[in-house]
Amino acid sequence: MSVISRSEVEHLARLARIDMTDEELDRMAGQLGAVLDAVAQVASAVTDDVPATSHPVPLTNVTRPDVVRPGLSAADALAGAPASEDGRFRVPQILEEDA
Amino acid sequence: MSAVDQTIPYDEAIAQFDPVLGLEVHVELSTATKMFSGAPTEFGAEPNTQVDPVSLGLPGALPVLNAKALESAIRIGLALNCSIASYCRFARKNYFYPDMPKNFQTSQYDEPIAHDGFLDVEVPASEDGTKPAFTYRVDIERAHMEEDTGKSLHVGGSTGRIHGAEYSLVDYNRAGIPLIEIVTRPLTGAGDRVPDVARAYVATLRDLLRALDVSDVKMEQGSLRCDVNLSLRPTPQDPLGTRSETKNVNSLRSVERAVRYEVGRHAAVLLSGAKVVQETRHWHEDTGLTTSGREKSDAEDYRYFPEPDLVPIEPDPAWVESLRATLPEPPAERRRRLTTEWGFSEPEMRDVLNAGALDLVEATVAAGASPATARKWWMGELARRANVEGTDLSALPVTPAQVAELQGLVDAGTLTDRLAREALEGVLAGEGSPTEVVASRNLAMVSDESALIAAVDAAVAANPDVADKIRAGKVQAAGALIGAVMKDMRGKADAARVRELVLERVGS
Repeated sequence: MSVISRSEVEHLARLARIDMTDEELDRMAGQLGAVLDAVAQVASAVTDDVPATSHPVPLTNVTRPDVVRPGLSAADALAGAPASEDGRFRVPQILEEDA
Repeated sequence: MSAVDQTIPYDEAIAQFDPVLGLEVHVELSTATKMFSGAPTEFGAEPNTQVDPVSLGLPGALPVLNAKALESAIRIGLALNCSIASYCRFARKNYFYPDMPKNFQTSQYDEPIAHDGFLDVEVPASEDGTKPAFTYRVDIERAHMEEDTGKSLHVGGSTGRIHGAEYSLVDYNRAGIPLIEIVTRPLTGAGDRVPDVARAYVATLRDLLRALDVSDVKMEQGSLRCDVNLSLRPTPQDPLGTRSETKNVNSLRSVERAVRYEVGRHAAVLLSGAKVVQETRHWHEDTGLTTSGREKSDAEDYRYFPEPDLVPIEPDPAWVESLRATLPEPPAERRRRLTTEWGFSEPEMRDVLNAGALDLVEATVAAGASPATARKWWMGELARRANVEGTDLSALPVTPAQVAELQGLVDAGTLTDRLAREALEGVLAGEGSPTEVVASRNLAMVSDESALIAAVDAAVAANPDVADKIRAGKVQAAGALIGAVMKDMRGKADAARVRELVLERVGS
């Protein structure tokens, strides 16, 4: 049984911006443990000479020419936004974080 | 705003500690389209008009790499003497911030396109001449491809900053613009010249990128942005100290100032017996201070993983070699060569470089002007005009060939310097070439001796008291008559010749 601690789950929840109650954190720690167990089974089949596969299709160097293609108007871009102002997306205030 | 940190004077700090510098430079490439989509990249466009589903991170939108951006990345890597990866991938850097619509930045992590290079930097002598010029080799760890974020406008609160803002407005025009991030290794051994090394590196890198023609490298517009990492240790034998990362230091002067400030701040922390906090800091151009930002996340918190929507890159070695053949003369070499060829002093050359006038002066010289006069025009009258209009020298509506033509008219005695400036005015106003402006504005000097003599006689007749003074030996009184004649000639006369004529006609 893989062990993922409650504080690790809490940290992940914070990174994912998910607000979780104490009870949810406990339950999730158990459930994520089970997921890790399943992944561990796959890991046991891997040998050192098999590199981790990120791209199953053997394809490289796909590029496009540097030519402008019509995109979206500002109105279309903002059409799905919950709120907008002055042609910009309006988002809630950002606290204690800084890009 | 955080409380102001304690600092000690730079000289005092640097006498007690060994500084270690690291620089991360982000360069926006001047491609027509974004890194992963065909949306345009025009600077200063109306908000959210340079966007498409990829730059907005809409569901199902798929990125495709810009071939030109890849080519530019490889050329930058080669110019920095890097090895080019034979195989590399993009990675997702996961974090939440509203200016990044996908909730991850497409970047490169452990497989940068270019790695392990160097850039030799000429550090100039200090202004007072007490510290000599020297060459410093900046080791480059990596140069990798990534995409820029959107721009947030914080509304509410008093300062326009995040703190106190009620909400933010986001413009995604910049989101997805191709960026190359160039990261140095920890730079040691600079000692008390560490601010000069930092500045000289960024200046040299800027010149190199400009010569490569891959970016417009305008620090004030954010197309070249610098993060300054700094740490102190008691002696060069000690392990590296804890570093701070000062973000978005956006002028050459600020790079130098930010390094100086952080040296003083770190030293004050260490001397008080406290520990330096590893954190991001913000540079404030107005006060010359840095303030604390967020504590730096661990790399693992970004949960990097290979980007599944973009296929790996395997640059053809023959293509890479053909790109190597397109590299320009390294800026440091070109600068040395031109300094000698033109006979400029180091400060003169530095001013030309800082003004971004090297190409313009070179083209003006190629069009026939002497190096000294080419420099005089671009660093004098034209620099003044560019400053007044808040534009770059290269954006002024005058060509190097026209500047050379103008100087040719001065050399031929057709124009005085003052008339030449007036002719330049006309050129800048779009009235045509210098020769055309001289004709249309009737600026050519009066070389007709009889016209000059007539004007002198008229001035003498109109000012008999002045003429008497001159005859009585007060030769300096002649200035009034010369002024009258020059005014009559609308400045289009050789003042020295007018003076001779005045003295002659007065009969002193």
